[in-house]
Amino acid sequence: MKRLSEERTKLLFEKLSKYIGPNVKLLIERPDGVYCFREQRDRIYYVSERTLKLANTIPPDNLISIGTCFGKFTKSNKFKLHVTALNYLAPYAQSKIWLKPSAEQQFLYGHHVPKSGLGRISESTEKYQGVVVYSMSDLPLGFGAAARSTAECKHADPLTTVCFHQADIGEYIRAEEELL
Amino acid sequence: MGRKAKFNKEGEMVKKGPGKKAKKQKDPSFPKTLQDNDIPKNLSHRQKLRARKRLQKAEALKEKRKLNSKNNNSQKPKLNKAKEITNEASDSEPSEEFEIDSEEDFSNCEEDVEMKPSKGFTDDNKAWLQPKRKIKKAESDEEVSSEEDSSEEDTSDEINDDKSEEETSEKLESLNDLSEEESEGQDEFSDSDGSKDDDEEDLLPIEKQSKILRREQKVERELAEKEMELNVASQEAFKFPTKDQDVTSLQEVQQRIREIIAVLTDFNKLRDVKHSRSDYLDILKSDLCTYYSYNEFLMNRFMQLFPLSELLEFLEASEVQRPLTIRTNSLKTRRRDLAQALINRGVNLDPIGKWSKVGLVVYSAQVPMGATPEYLAGHYMIQGASSMLPVMALAPQENERILDLASAPGGKASHIAGIMKNTGVLFANDVNKDRIKAVVGNFHRLGVVNSVITCMDGRKYPEYMKGFDRALLDAPCTGTGVVAKDQSVKTSKDDLDIQRCYNLQRQLLLAAIDCVNAKSSTGGHIVYSTCSVLPEENEWVIDYALKKRNVKLVETGLDFGTEGFVNYRHYRFHPTMKLTRRFYPHTHNMDGFFVAKLKKFSNVIPATTDVGTEEEEEEETSVGTTEEDSEEPIKKKKKQELVEKNGVETYAKKAKPEKFNQKNLKVKEKQQTLNDKGRTIKKMKKNSQNGQISGKQQKLGPLAPAIEEEKLKNKKNIIQKSTFNKEFSSPENLAARKIVSNDALHKKNKKTKPSAAENLVMKDKLSMTKKKKNAFPKNSVNANVSNDGVLKRKNKNALSPRKSETEKVSDDKVLRKKKKTSSPQGSSTSNEKKKKKLLNSTDSTGSDIVLNKTSISKIRVDSKKVEWDDVPMEAVKKLGDKLKKKHMRKKLGNLGKPMKVEKKGKLNKQKGKSR
Repeated sequence: MKRLSEERTKLLFEKLSKYIGPNVKLLIERPDGVYCFREQRDRIYYVSERTLKLANTIPPDNLISIGTCFGKFTKSNKFKLHVTALNYLAPYAQSKIWLKPSAEQQFLYGHHVPKSGLGRISESTEKYQGVVVYSMSDLPLGFGAAARSTAECKHADPLTTVCFHQADIGEYIRAEEELL
Repeated sequence: MGRKAKFNKEGEMVKKGPGKKAKKQKDPSFPKTLQDNDIPKNLSHRQKLRARKRLQKAEALKEKRKLNSKNNNSQKPKLNKAKEITNEASDSEPSEEFEIDSEEDFSNCEEDVEMKPSKGFTDDNKAWLQPKRKIKKAESDEEVSSEEDSSEEDTSDEINDDKSEEETSEKLESLNDLSEEESEGQDEFSDSDGSKDDDEEDLLPIEKQSKILRREQKVERELAEKEMELNVASQEAFKFPTKDQDVTSLQEVQQRIREIIAVLTDFNKLRDVKHSRSDYLDILKSDLCTYYSYNEFLMNRFMQLFPLSELLEFLEASEVQRPLTIRTNSLKTRRRDLAQALINRGVNLDPIGKWSKVGLVVYSAQVPMGATPEYLAGHYMIQGASSMLPVMALAPQENERILDLASAPGGKASHIAGIMKNTGVLFANDVNKDRIKAVVGNFHRLGVVNSVITCMDGRKYPEYMKGFDRALLDAPCTGTGVVAKDQSVKTSKDDLDIQRCYNLQRQLLLAAIDCVNAKSSTGGHIVYSTCSVLPEENEWVIDYALKKRNVKLVETGLDFGTEGFVNYRHYRFHPTMKLTRRFYPHTHNMDGFFVAKLKKFSNVIPATTDVGTEEEEEEETSVGTTEEDSEEPIKKKKKQELVEKNGVETYAKKAKPEKFNQKNLKVKEKQQTLNDKGRTIKKMKKNSQNGQISGKQQKLGPLAPAIEEEKLKNKKNIIQKSTFNKEFSSPENLAARKIVSNDALHKKNKKTKPSAAENLVMKDKLSMTKKKKNAFPKNSVNANVSNDGVLKRKNKNALSPRKSETEKVSDDKVLRKKKKTSSPQGSSTSNEKKKKKLLNSTDSTGSDIVLNKTSISKIRVDSKKVEWDDVPMEAVKKLGDKLKKKHMRKKLGNLGKPMKVEKKGKLNKQKGKSR
């Protein structure tokens, strides 16, 4: 468990702000205690200080996970969000997409979202902005990047992709091994 | 929501009460008119009288009629004879006649009814109504004729009687010879009908058929009854199978299982005298093994565990999968919302029962339950009903630090997090790197954020982390309770596997206990659970932990489930073992499960003794008993010993380590003062009844309530030790010991250890303590005078009030001897310790007691010196008097405590007895 370097912190927050915008601040300043980001084996964990303190007694080799894993830094030093971060992205998301029930399953198998599967989309979604994908019953299903802006979506062909798939909760059973 | 969870065998609802309609109705009662006339009625007294009168009257009538007939030869046409009779009767005696009349009317009423309408029939009607009327007419004609023949004596009543007689005789005949029934039956029928022959011809075809049918049915019934008898006979005669007799089909095996169990349930009656019960059981075992495909070993275990009837149920239930249950993740949703969402997806579900607020039973689902969007979003976890029990027993609270020592795949751990509402810290550990990934996945899916997931050997966990408020250990086990889930258990397990399992379980449990902080304000609880039903992996492990650590069993908080075993075969577990809970597939429709909740009351780890020393001790016990007493008491005591051995020995282990402590008292003292001042020292005080503990310790604060239990346990030890001291009072030892130097004594002490037998003596001694007190000073004087060595020992006794008191015996002689030899332990260990204590005590200032002690300890040292230097007798005497006084003072000062100890000791004894 080590603190993130300046560079990595910047990368991380840039990435997060794509999805939750200025709400990133809320992750750091919480009323229920001090929370922080920590890095272990290139994985970024978001955890309360209290838990962190206790976990420091565990030898790092034996420590598998602590708090919530947000994602990992790749070898090329890019930050990749994991689906496990969805717990924190969903409540603070700036732009959202709702899927029709017919398209839910497709998305959960790792496919992009076509226009035909689009139930709703929040206003003023920009192109390539990070979006959180919901089902029509407001169940967060994952997140991705908007392939079209809201305006473009209206005129798009039914088969054109409106949202690129990045992570979905289907990974919990599809790829349990590679979650971290 | 609508229905309740169906947890009985075939998913049927179990009725709670008798229900509205369960009131038992009376057997149907028929009106007298419909009942058979065959049964003679019980006549009341008056009826009998009337009957007698009737007879008389009838006779009188006869005579009258005879007279009449002689008088009136002219025959009158009579339509109804009864009427005539009534007329005549009424002529003679109207009041009595009434009854006869009514009776006759009654018997004839049918005929009358039928006779009357026949008159009004048209010709057409006559054509098809004729036969019946004819019968009746014929009958009535007959009657009339017969009556006329018999000069009107016979009533229609009598005729009826005749008929019924005829019929009954037929029945009897037909019953007698069944084989010829059919042929003869018909014949007889026609014969018997005799007069009715022509009537039968007149019967409608349908009626004829029905008669024939009835006859056939009767025959069939008879045959069926015969067959039944044969069957019963064959069942009773179960032949013991010979060894070469092999069974071909599973059905036959099953049949044989049933037969053997039937025999075993009523063994005295149904057994084959040549074969013993074990022969039957062997066959049963092999049959069960083949039928359910278990290996012999496991089946053997199950047969020892369950009574026969339950065994079959258990095996059957183990074949069937338990219902699929899910647990709502209270971090993300509520049960009602989840149920609604799932119902919308075509899932048929119900709440699991009253005992859980998060459980749901899934009866059927159109979608895979492990892949619905709700599952992926972490709204529920697929988890057996039994897996919720340990967490409920653990009862985690918010803001606690909780450990799950063997957590994969994280079902129970996430349940804990749910109950804690993501507050506090949850440590989830598992030793398996692959399975720990499931924990990671499940925790993130379910939104558990307060977790630390570790992967290490649980046995080493206390090295890294301690001070948890609660710990859950769902130990790895043989899985004999979840055979339905994993059939491989049936054949893959043997003795070694179980041994391996329970060894690991014991170590893990001790580790879990060590991790928990007893002083936690909210917790200090450990829950141990397995999915095995074998007592080796459950009660035995708990029993082990009870002996090895300062823990006690507490209520699990689960209001159902069967109690854990206190006695199982030759094992005798701790009596509180009934606070644990067992769950069986056949009784609770859950996986076989075991849950025990422990409360840690002290962080001290009692020092462990080697197996070797334990054995030594046991050997010593026998020696001790022989030394101790004369021949006759020995026998008695041995018996007692046998009786109490169970109780005492199992708990002797706990005591032993503490004895061991005594030797290393010095070192321990230091350690403990460092560790845990108040509690541990108090405990030590209790343990070391020699009174060698310094004033410092006594000074330390009041006892915490949790320590009370410790005390109780320790008291036992104290008692043991004190009795042990007595043993040395035998004359032989005495002589020897006088000569032997302190060091030698010390060695002896080490060897000799208190035994169960010694405990037995305790009662008597304790009861005499009062007497002893009186006797003590006197004796002590004697002892002083006698010898230097004796003096020395006496001094020590005097210094250790508790011990000396317990040591006292009413018999003066014994007392003296004892005094001389008593407390070799104390004397031996005393030298160095005294010095140390002196230092301690001088350091410590404060209460009077402490001051007293310091002075005493000084005296001790003095006395020591005296011994070593061989001071003349006068000095010795002086010293003795001085000591006596000191001793008395101390005794008075400390009177409260030793008394208490004794009392508690008694209590403890009683407990021991009950055990």
